[in-house]
Amino acid sequence: MDDSAVLPVGNVINLEKVRVTFGAKTKVTALAETSLRISHGEFVALVGPSGCGKSTILKLVAGTLDATEGNVFVAGREVGAESARIGMAFQNPTLLPWLNVRDNVMMPLKIVPPFKKEFSRKRRTEYRDRVEQSLARVGLAGFGDKFPWQLSGGMQQRASLCRALIHDPTLLLLDEPFGALDQFTREELWEIMQQLWIDTRPTVLLVTHDLKEAAYLATRICVMQARPGRIVDDSIVPFARPRTIDISFAPDFVSLTQRLRERIVAARAVQSQVGSD
Amino acid sequence: MSENARRQILSIGCIVGFFVIWEILCLVFNISDIVLPRPSQILITLWTRFPAIWPHAVQTLYTTMVGFAFGIVIGVVLGILIGSSRLAYDAGYPLLVGFSSIPKVAVVPIFVLWFGAGTVPAILTAMITCIFPIIVNVATGLAATEPELQDVMRTLRATKWEILWNIGLPRTMPYFFASLKVAATLAFVGAVISETVASNRGIGNLMMIASSSFDVPLVFAGLFILAALGVALYAGFSLIEGRVAGWAVRSENFAGGG
Repeated sequence: MDDSAVLPVGNVINLEKVRVTFGAKTKVTALAETSLRISHGEFVALVGPSGCGKSTILKLVAGTLDATEGNVFVAGREVGAESARIGMAFQNPTLLPWLNVRDNVMMPLKIVPPFKKEFSRKRRTEYRDRVEQSLARVGLAGFGDKFPWQLSGGMQQRASLCRALIHDPTLLLLDEPFGALDQFTREELWEIMQQLWIDTRPTVLLVTHDLKEAAYLATRICVMQARPGRIVDDSIVPFARPRTIDISFAPDFVSLTQRLRERIVAARAVQSQVGSD
Repeated sequence: MSENARRQILSIGCIVGFFVIWEILCLVFNISDIVLPRPSQILITLWTRFPAIWPHAVQTLYTTMVGFAFGIVIGVVLGILIGSSRLAYDAGYPLLVGFSSIPKVAVVPIFVLWFGAGTVPAILTAMITCIFPIIVNVATGLAATEPELQDVMRTLRATKWEILWNIGLPRTMPYFFASLKVAATLAFVGAVISETVASNRGIGNLMMIASSSFDVPLVFAGLFILAALGVALYAGFSLIEGRVAGWAVRSENFAGGG
């Protein structure tokens, strides 16, 4: 275990033959044996139906779930011991209701080194400006003093993205952060997300069930399948950046999402056939 | 705003009306002041014998507040322990329920045995009477913290202490203040019980002596003082609650915090 702690540079995420099962007696396999490598600066989307284990992979990398078998490495170290800065946005905004938007977004600076060391000194000056800039980028300028419940769902989600990015994470984990939003807000946030990625180039792992979202944002798409959860397709998304919503109507784009869709549907058909036999 | 004012006038009217009806019923049925004194008699007693009542009221307020303060400190510590540790929960809860089931008046003689009659047993009784809801609410508040909020901190690799300080404790504040309002009034009960049994000072002692000499208006004067102190304390904590944990109410005019 100690020898493998030093891994080839460039792999930000490395899952080695990872398996996850739940339940002591009736074992439910959430994730069948899976290996996945994600290198520095990639934007990888995990797509698939619910129950396919895509959120499980995210939780493994986030360190909120332990693998039953296999190893999870983040930035070359075992998960939890890594020195990479991780930012995460969830399907729900999960803002703290007792803090205003500014203090919510500032929270990682209070926790994550090296920012935390100077937190009490800079919270009213440098960090405050940093938060204001971040809020302005997602169209929330001037909303720092508002409390989460005074904001719409889309605005809360923007604030949540700011919080995920405020500490310049080298690894960004997104768990369907646009899933609960309306179509227009979602597309707007896609654009913002893409721009943020182009500017700072973090490694991103995005979980989504929206093929269009995956094809628009990601450099690489892993299609997953349920029962047991596994990766069944791994393809590169070649479209040039910056992408616009218009390209989602281009033939290349449509044929890619169509192919991925067929991949998922076909696997489902096989599964239901097996189930009925 | 006029809606608010109307509600306030209505509630004040109801409270005043309660005492007026009490007064009238006593007069109509010609009830002796040894059985049930009229509110006006009680107020007169309060006014004329204020110099005699005052030191007792101060004593009771003192023992209650000190006992309450200890109750808060110890209650919060125990609540955090029980709310954040499985073992402490399993071992602590049965102990706690058992302990809180004991009538506090039965414990006073033990305190007197240990510390002598007077102030110390009153403080201790006030403390143990008010501590239970504080512990239970703090523990419940911690246990009820949404796992999603904790996950936010865990992905940032926050330590347990940081999670407790930044998520657990703020999340517990509404529960904590709800318990304080109950605990404040319970602390009075505890202090007065102890004063009644074993003290020569305090409202409890005053009422004890007054009732043994059939000075019923004075007994009721004592009750009025206790009620007034209790209401004042309750109102005080409601005010602090609005400032500190107002986010849980999400009222439109809440502007504190930050």
